[in-house]
Amino acid sequence: MAQFLFARFWSGLMTLFCVAVIVFIIVRVIPGDAAMMLTGAGAGVVSEQELEAVRERLGINQPLPVQFVAWVGDFVRFDLGTSIRTGAPVADEIAARFPYTLQIAVMAMVIAVVLGVPAGVLAARFTGSWIDRLLQTLSVAGLAAPSFWVGLLIILSLVTFFRWSAPLFWEPFWVSPIQSITQLIWPAIAAGLRQLALIARMTRSIMLEVLGEDYIRTARAKGLSEARVIFRHGLTNGSLPIVTLIGFEFAALFGSLIITETVFNVPGLGQYVITAIMNRDYPAAQAVVLLLAGIVVIGNLLVDLIYGWLDPRMRLKGKPS
Amino acid sequence: MSTTVDAAPVSAMIPVATRTQKLGRLVLDYPLGAFGAVVLLIMVLAAIFAPLIAPYDPTVGDSTALFQPPSAQYLLGTDAFGRDILSRLIYGARISLMVGFGASTGGIVIGTTIGVLAGYLGGWFDTVSQRIMDALLAFPMLLLALAITSVLGPSLTNVIIALGLPIVPRAARIARASTMSLINTTFIEAARATGCSDTRIIFRHILPNTFAPLLVIATAYLGLAIVQEAALDYLGAGIQEPQSSWGLMMTGSATSLALTAPWIVIIPGLAICLAVLSSNFLGDAIRDALDPKLQRSLR
Repeated sequence: MAQFLFARFWSGLMTLFCVAVIVFIIVRVIPGDAAMMLTGAGAGVVSEQELEAVRERLGINQPLPVQFVAWVGDFVRFDLGTSIRTGAPVADEIAARFPYTLQIAVMAMVIAVVLGVPAGVLAARFTGSWIDRLLQTLSVAGLAAPSFWVGLLIILSLVTFFRWSAPLFWEPFWVSPIQSITQLIWPAIAAGLRQLALIARMTRSIMLEVLGEDYIRTARAKGLSEARVIFRHGLTNGSLPIVTLIGFEFAALFGSLIITETVFNVPGLGQYVITAIMNRDYPAAQAVVLLLAGIVVIGNLLVDLIYGWLDPRMRLKGKPS
Repeated sequence: MSTTVDAAPVSAMIPVATRTQKLGRLVLDYPLGAFGAVVLLIMVLAAIFAPLIAPYDPTVGDSTALFQPPSAQYLLGTDAFGRDILSRLIYGARISLMVGFGASTGGIVIGTTIGVLAGYLGGWFDTVSQRIMDALLAFPMLLLALAITSVLGPSLTNVIIALGLPIVPRAARIARASTMSLINTTFIEAARATGCSDTRIIFRHILPNTFAPLLVIATAYLGLAIVQEAALDYLGAGIQEPQSSWGLMMTGSATSLALTAPWIVIIPGLAICLAVLSSNFLGDAIRDALDPKLQRSLR
């Protein structure tokens, strides 16, 4: 077990390191350095000495490996630099925005699991019936519809039917939880629809497999109620791959939230990173990109560990493939 | 003598399927796949012959006909600049399909090359390339594409590169896995025993066997690339005005469009859904036809 843990942590750490290198390279490849950006040079109004002074201050006149080590060193100490655009510390800006993103992600996942798993079970229990076909059609549609378009459609319908208007201020969860949930429910639905469809399909195919097993027939033969057969004997045994999917999708959700937040104008991390990238605000952009990628790596690592914990065979085999 | 008499009726009883009959059976066996193929074909044709089909110039608007609802004159209505939405949709298909096919083909070719080499050679190449692929996989697809277009600048080629790159690690992973599963099989061993070179083994024995799963993910990523391209355009990081693309057509405030011209937002989204649905259906049919055992593990 210790060996399994160590191997997984090591591989996660190596991946994070490669992620940091890639982010670092992408930012350094951009033509025109941050000093030019900061001073608005190029028009010839800033002298070469002034530029050099700014480079000195930012530390970008040093060799690349030195810069990389300094950047990573600052990052692990939560010193993410200051935003070029706003002048505020990036760490503070992230801290102010992350709760919104996290809340939408959690709400989207709750919606997806609460509706998706029962839908999948229902479809598997009544295979070939109209309810199965209806659910299958809906899930195919849910997978094909782009999440930002779903978001736009939700806004269109809310405005048309309920005279909804976009909130001017998004209430933080800890100030008034209920208002916050009612405000963020729409972006959460838009973002979670795809995950809902995926979970429903996955649950259906796993339940179909499990319900064909011998022990299900045995359970039925000894006279257990149908509900007990399906939930206690069926779903419990099929839960492992479903839990895995939920874990991976939860991490992936942070990626799809960047566009949903823009559609709904939620001041979350996604909207922040897009503004930062578009305005070439490198300190902010590289910090958030690294953070989002880090969430995915750590999320996948946790799923692996949970998988190893739930299924002892994985520990011996090592990497699931 | 009896053999010659018997031979004729026996051969007559086994129907020799002509090419059309084979196609007909495929259509009957996979109606959804056939539907997908036909829709994609129509879209490709519409994109190629856009100047002949489009009723109006997609970039020039009629200032007297802003926000027109769908009518006989403007079949799908007009947008905020009085431009015909149908014409913009047809020209937009060019961008969407070029990016979709370009990104998925490019990403899969490069990914397969890396994956097959990693699986076949093993050793340090495998370790290093897998690390890089794992790292690329950690980036949300849209975020990586957004970062790349912001570095390279928004243009058609750059959008294709930006959306092709996230596909590389996903294709590499599948190509590597199927190479690894093939490499210890007896027929590869036999090929090696007869003195086949590594190149021959890769091109003649391994690549053809990885073809089925790769074709399936190619269709899946065709749809995904179309969606992500629309998202990039929507965010303003992709194709720029006055060019037309499906994602670009949806930009603007949905809250104000809801009361004036909701079709501006609805129609391009339906086109994207149809394209994605078609490529998914086609992919499912190809998977079922080529390899019934292949798992539904695509995401």
